[in-house]
Amino acid sequence: MASAAIPANQIPETKTNYLTNGYSLKSWLLTTDHKRIAVLYLISITAFFFLGGFFAMLIRLELLTPASDLMHADTYNKAFTMHGMIMVFFFLIPVVPATLGNFLVPMMIGAKDLAFPRINLLSWYLYIIGGGLILHCMLTGGVDTGWTFYTPFSTAFTNTKIIEAGLAAFIAGFSSIFTGLNFIVTIHRMRAPGLTWSRLPLFIWAQYATSIIMILGTPVVAITIVLVAVERLFHLGIFDPRLGGDPLLFQHLFWFYSHPAVYIMILPSMGVISELITAFSRKRVFGYRFVALSSIAIAVIGFLVWAHHMFVAGISLYAAMIFSFLTFFVGVPSAIKVFNWTATLYKGSISYATPMLYAFGFIGLFTIGGLTGLFLATLGIDVHVTDTYFVVAHFHYVMVGGVVMGFLGGMHFWWPKISGRLYPEGWAKLSALLVFVGFNLTFFPQFILGYLGMPRRYADYSAMPDFQVLNVLSTAGASVLAVGYLLPMIYFLWSLRYGPRAEANPWAAAGLEWMTASPPPTFNFDETPVVTWEAYNYEELDHLKEQKEVAVG
Amino acid sequence: MADSHATAVEAAVPNPELRHHFADMEQQKNAASLGMWLFLVTEIMFFGGMFCAYLIYRFRYFDAFAAGSQSLDVRLGAFNTAVLLVSSLTVVLAVRAAQDGKRHQLVAYLAITVVLGLTFLGVKAVEYAEKFEKHHVPGPTFQFTDTYNRNGEQVHLNADEVPHAQMFFAVYFAMTGMHALHMIIGCGLFTVLAVLAWKGRYSPGYFTPIENGGLYWHLVDIIWIYLFPLLYLIDRHH
Amino acid sequence: MAGQVDALYIYLVLVSAVMIVLIYLAVAFFAVKYRRSKGHAPHQIEGSTILEIGWSVIPFGVMLTFFIWGALLYFKERTPPSDATEVYVVAKQWMWKIEHMEGQREINELHVPVGQNIKLVMTSQDVIHSFFVPAFRIKQDVLPGRYTTLWFKATQAGTYHLFCAEYCGTSHSGMVGSIIVMEPQDYAQWLTGGPSVPLSEAGKQLFSSLGCSTCHRFDTQGRGPNLQGAFGKPVLLEDGRTVTMDDNYVRESILNPTAKIVNGFKPIMPTFQGLISDEQLNALVAYVKSLNQPPAGTASQAAASPAGQPQKVQVQ
Repeated sequence: MASAAIPANQIPETKTNYLTNGYSLKSWLLTTDHKRIAVLYLISITAFFFLGGFFAMLIRLELLTPASDLMHADTYNKAFTMHGMIMVFFFLIPVVPATLGNFLVPMMIGAKDLAFPRINLLSWYLYIIGGGLILHCMLTGGVDTGWTFYTPFSTAFTNTKIIEAGLAAFIAGFSSIFTGLNFIVTIHRMRAPGLTWSRLPLFIWAQYATSIIMILGTPVVAITIVLVAVERLFHLGIFDPRLGGDPLLFQHLFWFYSHPAVYIMILPSMGVISELITAFSRKRVFGYRFVALSSIAIAVIGFLVWAHHMFVAGISLYAAMIFSFLTFFVGVPSAIKVFNWTATLYKGSISYATPMLYAFGFIGLFTIGGLTGLFLATLGIDVHVTDTYFVVAHFHYVMVGGVVMGFLGGMHFWWPKISGRLYPEGWAKLSALLVFVGFNLTFFPQFILGYLGMPRRYADYSAMPDFQVLNVLSTAGASVLAVGYLLPMIYFLWSLRYGPRAEANPWAAAGLEWMTASPPPTFNFDETPVVTWEAYNYEELDHLKEQKEVAVG
Repeated sequence: MADSHATAVEAAVPNPELRHHFADMEQQKNAASLGMWLFLVTEIMFFGGMFCAYLIYRFRYFDAFAAGSQSLDVRLGAFNTAVLLVSSLTVVLAVRAAQDGKRHQLVAYLAITVVLGLTFLGVKAVEYAEKFEKHHVPGPTFQFTDTYNRNGEQVHLNADEVPHAQMFFAVYFAMTGMHALHMIIGCGLFTVLAVLAWKGRYSPGYFTPIENGGLYWHLVDIIWIYLFPLLYLIDRHH
Repeated sequence: MAGQVDALYIYLVLVSAVMIVLIYLAVAFFAVKYRRSKGHAPHQIEGSTILEIGWSVIPFGVMLTFFIWGALLYFKERTPPSDATEVYVVAKQWMWKIEHMEGQREINELHVPVGQNIKLVMTSQDVIHSFFVPAFRIKQDVLPGRYTTLWFKATQAGTYHLFCAEYCGTSHSGMVGSIIVMEPQDYAQWLTGGPSVPLSEAGKQLFSSLGCSTCHRFDTQGRGPNLQGAFGKPVLLEDGRTVTMDDNYVRESILNPTAKIVNGFKPIMPTFQGLISDEQLNALVAYVKSLNQPPAGTASQAAASPAGQPQKVQVQ
């Protein structure tokens, strides 16, 4: 279509695709092509991931010994704040929606682009502005409140750069609001003919649920951060008890968003896993409707559980009981997903390709992360383990073990589509193994540390030197994990130049995105596809393939 | 460029405003208005946080909030409410004019709306100035010596409640300030729309931006409709 | 309490272990048994509503046991027994200040006797802290501007870690201390060491030096409510609400007197916000509380006619 306007001086096999449609910097920085924006996001988010990882390594190195000897306590506090802020606002929240989601949502539903391409580009610029601010903030002094900005510490007792950091989070928040808005409109209005809701890939369902949370939750944290900043500037006192304010109000408003934000992070990865499991067992997902609706259920119930972060914060006994009870409800849809994925494997034809290894890893780690979440929802246990390393281990199992495993699995799966190249399978398998082993070595000891009573955010644990053994284990694991994360970046870059060319559908997978060239043309499809089949129609696909083989043979 | 007009090569496209990735104008219009509605939802959530803070502290510091509320000038508030209601009407008329393709009317109504918006902001500025003079702005110089009607008698606020009157003004400034910011954005937006309308950008076949701008204006108006009674009227039942 | 928390924890660990093993085994078994091979076609299955309902309802049932057990335990953890000895805790960046009723003060150390229920009444001078004793499996955030409480009973003599568990700034990790649990006789010995004025006695002096006693007289003639025997009882407010006179109510009434006016009184009390420290506030609260306990030896009399006692206690 686009090539119609271009003189036919192209070699047929390298027909213009989205990557070759213009090489100038301007053609990238002013693009409205969702695929190019996805690539821009991929580059910038990867950069932030390694920056956040750098801070993680600093933290782990400091904790190698009980005393605070590598850096001053203040520096340590800034390091974990930066780690948290960068990882949460600039990596975990956007990572899957803004990269894979941006690339795949229009392709999976047979659209030429997202509904609002320019707003999509604006999202990326907002992300970059927010990211630039946080970098500036980091280089000119940093912040030491932790990513949670608890008041009144943040409003009245620290003299670090709260306003700038808050502004960075605020702007990044708007970037994700716009992404969510774009996805919802696109999914509602731009599906290809015949692509009914019950035929949508589960990745789309997950993105849809995520977008609902982005739209409803992010504005609340945005206004909360604004109030913190304004309170610092003008001494308003809305959260300051000395002026009659209530610091718990801040926690309520903050967690009203930040708990659902956890689902912004994990839901898209769950969507990825649904795609991987079906593609590599060549089966329709077990219980499609339940998997799809469980995403929506998580998004909705996720808004009703925020105060479970506050069981020891001074809320009333009965509020705590209600929120504990509601929290167990969130466990159900998450459990449904895990059970359905497992059941999908039954009588499948299971391949051990790298993306599938990541999917197995996801199930393994997310199961542990989810179950330990139940520990924290259980009031009597939460009192002891909250604010200890138990919590740290729990959310890393969900965030890193879940989100990052899903992201990497998805990157391997769709890399041929994004880049048009195949990655080296052997190295990829090695890195999947390293990530899994390194992850468990890093974070499992932290569960034990937490139950033994090591509090979070301690630069110095010389009061309890016996915690050192487990901390050393954890730091050792982190080194393995770092190698596991660096490897894919290296071989993905390598494959851009040396990897074998990928065909349109190297995995013989179902889904509209595989029905167009790799890499796809600028407007995705030469003709708008008309969908007459259900999602994950592997039976038909295999049948067609057999027929073809017979015909050729 | 990715956003090229290569699609124009395809079968005759009736409306030059149809962007390449939409099948037809209807789809484009539906997408735009759904997008706008979703944006309004985020705005409601955005203000929701402040309404929540207002409710909690009003419940907790009842007297201080009553005193603070009574110190506001209800006439100015009522005038501003009327201004905004009229402006919502002119917005509706503007959309109507766009629908009918009456360019001059459209520009005129948009311009009136902007003027009304600026009037609102002007009155707000007068009110803010008065707060500065009376030291009702939260901060180290805050004072509150007004009397207020407490169960039928004019009394001074107790000294220990003064910080809570400050809380009232903190909430007042946060909410009206955020609302005023939205008004400023709205005035800017409508000025741009008026200029584009003057240049003949909109037609009965394409006036989505006018419609969506109107939706935004109505929302900002509705937020004020809630702010006015909560801040100005709520303790005037005597 | 620690034993009960551990029991629930072990239950959770066992249930989780069973779940993890089941899921891991199922995944591993399917992955091996149905690995891709020639002539082995996948068998498409739509799903099964019965299974879906089963694996929603059964886990939820198990989770309900977590909830109920956890909530019961929490209820116990949060409800101090009435016979508990009170100890005041004031947290600040970055230390724990402890005040015993008997007047002993400590920093970053808390001495308590074995077998005695201890109730901590805690507040913070600056930011939010959290009082965390891992050995007792208890934790409670300590907030500025109000009291939170926590209780425990130590069953074994020894020294236990005390941590601040809510991030509070630079030396958060230095805000550690110890709980020193002593045999009762050692504790009694410890109490006698060092000069000390009981907290309620200090409060009594403040009560008179700040002029509280001029209005809060121990008869019905005062311009303020009679505080004798009032603590822990319901109070009818002028707006018709009823609140219980607890630590937080007394605190609020000193700092923000007109917030909750007792029925029949005028809002004339001045605020003491910014005029007294948290320690002095604690002393006053302790004194108000002590007005409930009859002076030694006159117990029966006091119970019968509280109004008959004022002259003895009154300072002026």
